[in-house]
Amino acid sequence: MIPFDQVTGAAAPMMAPNVDTDVIMPKMFLKGVDRGGLSEGAFNLLRFSGGRPNPEFVLNQDGYRDACFLVVGPNFGCGSSREHAVWGLQQLGIRALIGTSFAGIFNDNCANNGLLTISLDPLVLTELAEVAADSSRNEVTIDLAAQTIRFDRGRRSIMFDIELARKEAFLTGRDFIASTLVFADDIHAFEARYRAENPWIG
Amino acid sequence: MAVRTLYDKLVDAHVVRNLDDAGLVLLYVDRTVLNEYTSPQAFAGLRAAGRKVWNPKAALMVVDHVNPTAARRTRAMPDSAAARQVDYFAENARDFGIEYFDILDPRQGIEHVVAPEQGLVMPGMVIAAGDSHSTAYGAFGALGYGIGTSDIEHYLATSTVRYRRLKTMRIDLSGRLPLGVTSKDIVMEVIRRIGADGATGYAVEFSGPVVAGMSVEGRIVMSIMIVEAGARGVVIAPDQKVLDYLKGRPRAPKGEMWERAARHWLTLASDPDARFDREIALDVSEVAPLVTWGTSPDQAIAVTESIPDPAQQSAPDRKAAASRALRYMGLTPGLPIQSVQIDFAFIGSCTNSRIEDLRDAAEIFRGRRVADGVRAIVVPGSSQIRGQAEAEGLAKVFTDAGVEWRQSGCSMCLAMNDDVLRPGERCASSTNRNFEGRQGPGARTHLMSPAMVAAAAVTGHITDVRSLLEGSRQ
Repeated sequence: MIPFDQVTGAAAPMMAPNVDTDVIMPKMFLKGVDRGGLSEGAFNLLRFSGGRPNPEFVLNQDGYRDACFLVVGPNFGCGSSREHAVWGLQQLGIRALIGTSFAGIFNDNCANNGLLTISLDPLVLTELAEVAADSSRNEVTIDLAAQTIRFDRGRRSIMFDIELARKEAFLTGRDFIASTLVFADDIHAFEARYRAENPWIG
Repeated sequence: MAVRTLYDKLVDAHVVRNLDDAGLVLLYVDRTVLNEYTSPQAFAGLRAAGRKVWNPKAALMVVDHVNPTAARRTRAMPDSAAARQVDYFAENARDFGIEYFDILDPRQGIEHVVAPEQGLVMPGMVIAAGDSHSTAYGAFGALGYGIGTSDIEHYLATSTVRYRRLKTMRIDLSGRLPLGVTSKDIVMEVIRRIGADGATGYAVEFSGPVVAGMSVEGRIVMSIMIVEAGARGVVIAPDQKVLDYLKGRPRAPKGEMWERAARHWLTLASDPDARFDREIALDVSEVAPLVTWGTSPDQAIAVTESIPDPAQQSAPDRKAAASRALRYMGLTPGLPIQSVQIDFAFIGSCTNSRIEDLRDAAEIFRGRRVADGVRAIVVPGSSQIRGQAEAEGLAKVFTDAGVEWRQSGCSMCLAMNDDVLRPGERCASSTNRNFEGRQGPGARTHLMSPAMVAAAAVTGHITDVRSLLEGSRQ
């Protein structure tokens, strides 16, 4: 996964509730066998219209084309488990999503790839959404080590919560499989006991 | 030991070790099912790192998402990319030693239909799989839930997942289910009440007399569809109905081992005093057949109602979302939902493609014809269900009514194969997602029960199935 420490860039607002992974990565882009080539797919049906960039879509507008943060509505990433949605967002240059709540599988997929998700109180998020909506002052810095979001040229700062294990994984870009395989003996021991207790599970 | 919910018991029984002191654990996973579109990058990751599959016997690979459903089954795929996915899938099955049902296998079908059919899903298990609708397995007293591709890779390499305990929600169902109202309508009613994120962060347990009286198939429908309220795991306490479903299945235990397993399985339940973080109670006597009008599964109304006015939404973002949904759906507030004409009727998907669903639909189609201008297809959940439906005479009812009788697969639930709607086409669908573009760019989806889809197919517009049920008895 991609490590996340401190990142500065433009934030774009996308405040609709329940933005689902079909919208983030439509089915036409799920036909690969690798993780690449997905930047075109990200928000494809919203970003493009008749083969050309749709000027109504926020990431096609001045001040947002290079956005690396999205300020999003509740339950972002609901629906299908497709991890392609996360890969596509990353390939589009998105490094973090700031919202109030994220769908479960999507949130795990983000964590497994280094796409930071930050959940804020709705009132606090409203403030950040106002900043993102104004392209003249939408530069934001996320400092994961300090657990802060800074904006308005550093004049304002918001603290955010993140579980310690999750924070450390993001900071180090950890390989979770390698970390788990350190516990291979525990897994073997568990299996031996579990199979003895549940012999009908072959 | 303290009183516990069934969910807590299943998690506790699978904890290999704690990973922090805030509820993050290494969780042992008994089984998985793999499909051709969410697994390839996981296998590629294993190959790149030179890793093996920890327990190849615990996995099953089934082609279901990209294959065509045309009546004559061949190995041909709709396009070269799909063919490549299926080829790579077979290659991974061979190289990693995992059992594989290819498209011509008589056991092929939608993963969540096939795994229970084979008896691979047993009470007490944890089953995590690369599809959000893996909560299906909760209907058997297993903890089922969906994971992404990175977690598939983690599971394959270690037989475990990193897992954070969820909050618990009990949905208690009481009352008498009215005629024409199904498990699909119950779960849609719950979703419209609690919202598309009402169960986000929760493991859901369904309980109560309605669940006890419901078939295993009906429980599967609710277990799958509650995902559309954000549920991350589902459990239902196993009972004699689950045992009857499993007994004699190819992979179910036999003889003395069956007796031993069955005795254990019937002990799996939440303790009587167990506390849930959230409790929801629904009297199903009041539930009517439900239909979605928008592009989120919680945007649903009773079939007797009219399209709601977005102006009545209090939150500005919800108001905007409802207005956008109506624009996308080509509908106006105040329109009775039953006046909405359809172009297409789809019966299928892991939610509603089992034999009971096909029987419900056939009851409506029997002696009737699909309306002019409507195309209707039935895609059974598995090749075995297809065979059973033919043996029961249901297939003939469908074809006599002018319905296309297809081979099994996910088909128009997500339209990854060649079953895709054209822009603007409107579909009555027994699936569980009505997202923008789900059944094709610009396509308009109305979710409902299989019998309701059949009713819409024969009248040409969204219809209260109860009027046809009463009519058919005269």
